[in-house]
Amino acid sequence: MHQDLVVDAHGIGKEYGRGAARFSALSDVTLQIARGECVAIVGKSGSGKSTLMHVLALLDAPDTGRLSIDGVDTRQLSARQLTTLRNRTFGFVFQQFFLTPGTSVLDNVTLPLEIGGTPPRQRRARGMAVLEQLELADKARSNANDLSGGQKQRVVIARALVGEPSVIFADEPTGNLDSATGAIVEETLFSLNRDRGITLIVVTHDEDLAARCDRQIVLRDGVVVSDSAAVAA
Amino acid sequence: MRATDLVAKAARNTVRSKTRTTLTVLALFVGAFTLTLTTAVGAGVTDYVTKQVDSLGADDVFVVTRTAAATTDGPVAYDPETSSASTGTTAPALPGASGSDPLTEGDLDELAAFDGILSVDPIQVAAVDYVRYDGGSRYELTINPTSSITRSDLVAGEQLDSSAGAGQVMLPSDYVDALGFASAEEAVGSVVTLGITDVLGVQSTVDATIVGVSRESLLSSGAGANTALVADLVEVQSAGVDTGDPRYAIAVARFDADLSADQVSALKADIVDAGYGAQTIQDQLGVIKTVIDGIIGVLNAFAVVALLAAAFGIVNTLLMSVQERTREIGLMKAMGMRSGTVFALFSLEATVIGFLGSAIGAGVAILLGTALNGALAAGPLAALSGLSILLFEPGAILGIILLIMVIAFLAGTLPAARAARKNPIESLRYE
Repeated sequence: MHQDLVVDAHGIGKEYGRGAARFSALSDVTLQIARGECVAIVGKSGSGKSTLMHVLALLDAPDTGRLSIDGVDTRQLSARQLTTLRNRTFGFVFQQFFLTPGTSVLDNVTLPLEIGGTPPRQRRARGMAVLEQLELADKARSNANDLSGGQKQRVVIARALVGEPSVIFADEPTGNLDSATGAIVEETLFSLNRDRGITLIVVTHDEDLAARCDRQIVLRDGVVVSDSAAVAA
Repeated sequence: MRATDLVAKAARNTVRSKTRTTLTVLALFVGAFTLTLTTAVGAGVTDYVTKQVDSLGADDVFVVTRTAAATTDGPVAYDPETSSASTGTTAPALPGASGSDPLTEGDLDELAAFDGILSVDPIQVAAVDYVRYDGGSRYELTINPTSSITRSDLVAGEQLDSSAGAGQVMLPSDYVDALGFASAEEAVGSVVTLGITDVLGVQSTVDATIVGVSRESLLSSGAGANTALVADLVEVQSAGVDTGDPRYAIAVARFDADLSADQVSALKADIVDAGYGAQTIQDQLGVIKTVIDGIIGVLNAFAVVALLAAAFGIVNTLLMSVQERTREIGLMKAMGMRSGTVFALFSLEATVIGFLGSAIGAGVAILLGTALNGALAAGPLAALSGLSILLFEPGAILGIILLIMVIAFLAGTLPAARAARKNPIESLRYE
């Protein structure tokens, strides 16, 4: 398990609030995720699973512990290097899509490349290639608002994929979809993991979705209560 | 993020909520429109006055008069040695030259002795009866006494040559048709006949060549005559009769053009101390310029107030926009956009709004102003030929657009800073 770790977290702790309102969102979380794994982080609302995802995705800094991404200790990086690392390494799929209204599907998909500083011509080519794979090429010029829920989530996946990330974080990816379209979106995500070896980290409270992942990490009150990989090991 | 992408994105964002952008742009439009017009009025009037100053005279001369005694310390005791009879009828040929005693030859010698004065020439008045061309109709003509030292606003031809031996005349443009010339250009080079009556009542004529045709001017009027022609006319006028010591209302003292402004002031003070009035052309027009500058300043102040109001409009618009796009900002930050880039994006949006408002405002002001110029020049301001009330200078317009863009940028920094400070996680949770 020590070869090629994408995520290597040791004793992560995170607290919110101050004084009497202080509570511990995460305490002493240690976990390792290897390249190409498909991991579900499961827990009830308030279990700390979202906080864990934010910390792992470098959106939030842990109060204690250390975290290495692709073998790089994140404590050594400047804020600028952190944002660059996030831009290059991660793709995000959110429950609420977060598509920019009034903007074309293609522009939405290529946003991470635009932020990363890719020249327009390459952006377009890669954006179209990704949309092609997700069978959305004919929607490239459409307004992102005019799509159905399932199409929107596939656009979001295309956006997560366009930067060729090594890890995709999916936060309740099917939470806003009916079961039929949800199944299609799930299949798309799993196939990316299966066929292209992209590490998939799914945050969900949906037991069925979690069960389809190779490994489940269960959180309760900010503590890891079970990790199927640890059991298997 | 690449700079070009950043600018393009900011521009695209401004057109995303069209109504709000349009209203903000309109507020800036009013300011830009007003500022463009007031600046153009200022430039137009200043340009006109500058041309008038040129028509009044050269920069290296004082117009010298005897200080009017009545305006200082009450009646002055008569002294046969220094006093000269005041006519009280001397025409105010120049602003500031009115109501003064005549200058005597002695005065001229005294003036010429001042250090820094190169020459002193009296301005002689020649009263011409008429002008005619080629035996045609005769028209009354006034010779502007200071014309030998002034530069005219030319329609055709060239300026008078004071060193020329032959008589030259500068004809006002409205004489061109009357005298039977087809155009101003045709008139130049022709010889006209001037009729003059001498002190004995005998009428005779003097010939002069037209060297130029001048535009009608607000501050000096009449025809111009060079030194040679004036000398001819005065000689004919006096008919060889000795009229006693010559006396002149005004003299022109040329000073060294290399003198600094301070030296000129000192020289002027010396001359004034000696009992004369000395004014440069700039002095004579200083008052007019001050009044014009004051009016333009007040108008500009109104425009700037409008712009300040518009700036608050930008702050408000962008604050709303930042609030509305909280999740978009969170998303962009999650995807690795740096806070500095978020700040740049929103302040650029403000600058784009500023550019739109100012460019449209200035453009419409130019279109409308040009039309207005034509209408005014043909109608109410027809008498002031050569005046275009609105003068649009590219530099000034560029300056206004830049100024408004800077104001818009400054207004945008508050919302932009707020956007840049947003925490990506909280922004993404924001409902």
